[in-house]
Amino acid sequence: MLPFEVTPLLCVAIPFFGAFVIGLAGKSPHLRETATMVTALLLVTCVAELVPHALQGRGPSTTIAEFVPGIPLAFHVEPMGMIYALIASALWILNSLYSIGYMRAVEKASISNHTRFFVCFALSLACVMGIAFAANMMTLFFFYEGLSLATYPLVVHKASPEAASSGRTYVGLLVGTSVAFMLPAMVATWAWTGTLDFTEGGVFRQALASGALHPAMFGVIFALFVYGIGKAALMPLHRWLPAAMVAPTPVSALLHAVAVVKAGVFAVIKVTVYLVGVDTLRGYEQGGWLVYVAGAAILVASFIALFQDNLKKRLAYSTISQLSYITMAVGLLSPLGIKAAAMHVACHAFGKITLFFAAGSIYTATHKTEISTMDGVGRRMPYTMAAFTIGAVSMIGLPPTAGFLSKWYLIGGAWQAEQVFVIVVVTLSTLLNAAYFLPIIYRAFFCTPRLDDGHDHSHGHGAGQAQGHGHHGGDERVTSLHKLRQTYNTRITTQQFIALGYDPSKIDDFDHKDPDPEEAEEDHGGEAPWPIVVATCATAVLTLFTFFEPSLFLRLAQLTVEAINP
Amino acid sequence: MDLVYDNLPVLVVVTPLFGGLLSLFTVRNPFSWLWACLVTSATYLLALSLLRAVLASPTGSMTYPMGWWPPEWGIEYVVDPANAWVITIISAIAVVATIYARIPTEAEIPADRQNLFYAVWLLAITGMVGITATGDAFNVYVLLEIASLTVYTLVGLGMFRDRRALTASIKYLILGSIGATFILLGIGYLLMATGTLNMADMHAALQEMDARGELRTNRTVMTAFAFLMVGFSMKMALWPLHGWQPNAYTYAPTAVTALLAATATKVGAYMTLRFVFTIFGPSYVDELSLDLMILCAAAGIVASGIQAMRQQDIRTLLAWSSVGQLAYIVLGIALMNRAGVTSSLLHVFAHALIKGSMFMAVGCIAYSIGSHRISDLKGLRKKMPLSVAALTIGGLGLIGFPGTAGFVSKWYLVQAAIERGQWWLAMIVLLGSLLALVYTWRLVEAIFLKKADVENEDRVVREAPAAMLVPTWALVIASVYFGIFAQTPVEIAEAAANVLLGGAP
Repeated sequence: MLPFEVTPLLCVAIPFFGAFVIGLAGKSPHLRETATMVTALLLVTCVAELVPHALQGRGPSTTIAEFVPGIPLAFHVEPMGMIYALIASALWILNSLYSIGYMRAVEKASISNHTRFFVCFALSLACVMGIAFAANMMTLFFFYEGLSLATYPLVVHKASPEAASSGRTYVGLLVGTSVAFMLPAMVATWAWTGTLDFTEGGVFRQALASGALHPAMFGVIFALFVYGIGKAALMPLHRWLPAAMVAPTPVSALLHAVAVVKAGVFAVIKVTVYLVGVDTLRGYEQGGWLVYVAGAAILVASFIALFQDNLKKRLAYSTISQLSYITMAVGLLSPLGIKAAAMHVACHAFGKITLFFAAGSIYTATHKTEISTMDGVGRRMPYTMAAFTIGAVSMIGLPPTAGFLSKWYLIGGAWQAEQVFVIVVVTLSTLLNAAYFLPIIYRAFFCTPRLDDGHDHSHGHGAGQAQGHGHHGGDERVTSLHKLRQTYNTRITTQQFIALGYDPSKIDDFDHKDPDPEEAEEDHGGEAPWPIVVATCATAVLTLFTFFEPSLFLRLAQLTVEAINP
Repeated sequence: MDLVYDNLPVLVVVTPLFGGLLSLFTVRNPFSWLWACLVTSATYLLALSLLRAVLASPTGSMTYPMGWWPPEWGIEYVVDPANAWVITIISAIAVVATIYARIPTEAEIPADRQNLFYAVWLLAITGMVGITATGDAFNVYVLLEIASLTVYTLVGLGMFRDRRALTASIKYLILGSIGATFILLGIGYLLMATGTLNMADMHAALQEMDARGELRTNRTVMTAFAFLMVGFSMKMALWPLHGWQPNAYTYAPTAVTALLAATATKVGAYMTLRFVFTIFGPSYVDELSLDLMILCAAAGIVASGIQAMRQQDIRTLLAWSSVGQLAYIVLGIALMNRAGVTSSLLHVFAHALIKGSMFMAVGCIAYSIGSHRISDLKGLRKKMPLSVAALTIGGLGLIGFPGTAGFVSKWYLVQAAIERGQWWLAMIVLLGSLLALVYTWRLVEAIFLKKADVENEDRVVREAPAAMLVPTWALVIASVYFGIFAQTPVEIAEAAANVLLGGAP
């Protein structure tokens, strides 16, 4: 058994070297996907091993290298990082399962790029672990920029002009903000305090007490940090997130609902608690504006989400508003606020990944991306839509889902801080969330599917399909049985990929955006391939489970709160 | 061993000098190239032991009086951590560039002139190392002429591939000579005012004048300072005196561009450091001159970034980017504090690694596809993965991505600006990074996202030969390694900055 000091380093090393193994196994899809799953399992084992240490408040520290004199590249495990590492690594397993199903079924046009996809995914996770366990701001910055870089190929996976321009927005905003705002904030911190180590209670007390640093400048540094962390998608620096939706759904699901955006809010929490110092901010009356900025962002983003017809775009704006919940909770600068922020990192993750999984599942099975065409999807895909409903309920923040917990603490924190503004924002936002999620669910379960749905939109069906509808008069079950049998036959003849249960004929080169009518017939009714459905349901179950058994996250969040004032 | 040890300061200069002369007698190509490799490797090993010796020496410097003449009369070589560091960088790049040079040079220079090429090549290295090692102001000028004349020749040798190299070389020659004239006049005025050519003695004489209260009012010294600054700015292509540089880098032979971009302008920056800090002393320089330098550097960062964004030729893009990167070095000098000078010395190192590797990668690509246009990079991701990856990593270094050497120097530069309370300068530096992001991303998108043009679709493209890729990647790996394990270069640069600033904070 390795000494436990190495474990955080191992958490970074496993996906990093896993990426190489995946790259080497690139020739064989089975081997490559096995490598991905094994890496994910190893990683989660490693992360889980750290939990007891983090709970006892004495996480291991490791130094890799002295970067420049006084600033090492080092890891240290503390409770907040534990929450982030846990959700990211655990959800990576489900996401890998999902990706395997999704990539084989949907992204066939770019099948030669699948290796790059899985390699970059593993590299992203390595960066995520580095961010989660960073012992100082420099280490965090290293991996933060690494994450922007590792996810860029995933965002532009389709290599279309649209993807390229989205990629430009993505890199421009994420790297731009970190270079233009976060880097000067770090240098200023270093110049005035002589340290970048994450320290309980913050590092600015002495500089402020001695008068070397003016409180107004201290406030400016805090603002530079908050806006420099572009991954937290605080308005008006949010545009990269909707742009990133051009990526394949697994990327949107794990990276742009969990890993990348949570890296942002995690960094905001970490900087506020461990570098700037919550008490210091309150003591010098700085940073109070954050509540209002974040509150406004919540409402504006929710409002924009109302008008998005593209499901992934709507989810993206929902993410922007949910991230601002966390920023707003941090802005309360109170113990309960920090607790709510820490809890919401976990709770939002489970709900939002479920929603993205469901969106991808719908796309895989029906090629529908617009909400207005999703009438009756719930009847055809009951599991997916049930999971979607659970995710949506969690976003709205109703029991029995995880979202309720964090909202509870947030409102508690608001009362404690006597911030009526926050309570008003949370209430309004809950209504808005309901207003943009419930219609989707209603449409999916209670509207009758229109016959021409989707056919004109995303992938005009061939004559055979239309005829089939005509025959059965819209009786979905008969159609789907017919289609299922068709698929089954094809499967027997090719004997390929039976284990994964998706359609072998789709291995052919064909672009799902403009398929030829023959291929379109392969749109069998019913659910998406089983790996997708299983992963979607699993995250939905996690969303429910967290509501009933939140003790682990609560204890970690409580420990984070205790770091405010050592 | 003392025979070598005591003579180290002069051996690093004499080795390539005689190596270059002897290179004339190596008739056929593999021998010319092997000889050049041998000579540069020996120079590098000597430079490395020189650096170690200087860092370990109790006085902090090593001196060598030529022909054992006393320094007042003869030429003295003085090596302290600052020039030992720059010599090591130049000679290291020289080795890698020489190893790289064989294949592109065989392709670009006629076979019967290979030995002449390597002779000139080694003399250019002699000049650059010599400027850095000497402690005598006039000797600086002599070696500067050696370096300049050989470099004009090297640039002009690009004519066998593209005739425009000749005009580029003439332009470089005219502007370079004007710059050299300014430097010569400046040194002459200093001689008038101080009566000596030895740098240390010059400094002592100027100090004496200062003690008498004559220094500030002495017009000769003031003129000398102004002429020297103009001359150095010309030599290091500081905006707006950079006119010779983009064309020279674009049309010079591939290997020459890699060597020049990594070393030539750095020598100019070193001369500035040496004259400003060792001869005039930090206290001599008034606010106005500093402001002018800062202004030129800041404008250079922005203007060159905008120019680089508009280029279609990769070499011209990188040449413009070099103008901006050099401005970072000047900015660090002009900030006049420890972090600033440290950042300048670090950036000399970082930029040498980064730009050297990028020009080498461009050479690899051009060797295989015969084009330098950005639009011809399309579709190379699969065909030349190693070359385009090297180019991309280099680009990240220009942006100053953490994990590359470019980040370390930028960190100290921003720190220097903030310590001076010059927030706007910090913002200019970061704006420069964003401009670098834009022009690097033009390359990245062409490489990774665009499909090959129709007429290029069927072209047969092979990855460049290993003899070119290995040196390229050696620099890439070094730039990443020293971006993560930056302690050693930072400590040396800080020691050098302390010497230059004379223990001032």
